[in-house]
Amino acid sequence: MYVWPGAGPHVFPPGADYGVMTMMPPFDLAVRTHGATVLRVCRAVLGPGPDADDAWQETFLAALRSWPDLEAVANLEAWLVRVAGRKAVDVLRARQRQPVPVEELPDTVVAPASDADGHAAVWTAVAALPERQRLAIAYHYLGGLRHTETAELIGSTPEAVRRAAADGLRTLRDRYDG
Amino acid sequence: MTTPSPLGPGSVPAFSVSEAELAGLAGRLAHRAEDEALLEVAYRILESPVGRLLLAATERGLVRVAFEREGFDEVLSGLAQRLGPRILHAPWKLDAAAAELEEYFAGHRRQFGVPLDFALSHGFRRAVQQRLPDIGYGRTMSYRQVAELLDRPGAVRAVGTACATNPLPVVVPCHRVLRSDGGLGGYLGGLEAKETLLGLEGRAVAA
Repeated sequence: MYVWPGAGPHVFPPGADYGVMTMMPPFDLAVRTHGATVLRVCRAVLGPGPDADDAWQETFLAALRSWPDLEAVANLEAWLVRVAGRKAVDVLRARQRQPVPVEELPDTVVAPASDADGHAAVWTAVAALPERQRLAIAYHYLGGLRHTETAELIGSTPEAVRRAAADGLRTLRDRYDG
Repeated sequence: MTTPSPLGPGSVPAFSVSEAELAGLAGRLAHRAEDEALLEVAYRILESPVGRLLLAATERGLVRVAFEREGFDEVLSGLAQRLGPRILHAPWKLDAAAAELEEYFAGHRRQFGVPLDFALSHGFRRAVQQRLPDIGYGRTMSYRQVAELLDRPGAVRAVGTACATNPLPVVVPCHRVLRSDGGLGGYLGGLEAKETLLGLEGRAVAA
């Protein structure tokens, strides 16, 4: 079986002659390996629905365009999570600039497209959290980025990120326990 | 596909995403990749009497047929290195090839018409592989006869290698090449697959 290097740093010796072809693995494998994580990140920021799906598409299209040049990327999943986070936040800002009559995301937000596994409601609950908590959960808890990196991305401090993620998760836990 | 909760069981539920949703997203992505000319190799999986087959195509044509025992992930990473890493599951790009193979396995087709891309083989091997479709449906030749057909009577072993490295088995019928004594010789898909194909074409072969 193929050993996917995304989980840890993979280093290609500099100056090695690989001919015209890159040593990048099949792109399909990246989609299969990281598709779920990227979708979780998009959904945590944007809620389940077409916007999250579009952010997912844009993330993987960006990766596909640069694919042969991504050899230098040590942690592909982190790269994808950062791109997905940026794409999702762009959509979020665009939404905020042209406010459609959005009801303060109550407990009864749009039902997710599929509830086949009975867990889709969690995304609705995440969507109801304050933005800072959603971003902390998206980047750090779901996307696996470190507190420090998450803090840089959302313009915060590592300690605030840690707290926001914990607060958000506590709210979710309370909701599901209650 | 579940993220274990650090808060203990029964607390935060899994942040689940379903396989069906991911497959739908990946399908849309492959269509967009095709629209933007970012798709170097398309592939799909086909069920067959010789097990699951992976079919891969470039813009030029069918470039690879692989047996499951070769390991589909290995096959795809080989294609990434040799043809380009922008490989996606895009089954519609292989509809014609899949339909012809299904007709062949159902006994309704004797030769293949889809365009073939021999980019994965070179030199004498490619020359051998390109001549193999001349061995008609239900007929067989020995490795020696194929060498003679190519005016290289001494190249029997090289013909064997060409058959063993055929990137397009079934469609390029290396299964119709046997040992001079009538023995099966080898087959990338396993001897059982070779027997199945020859049996399908009406040849009973002593193993």
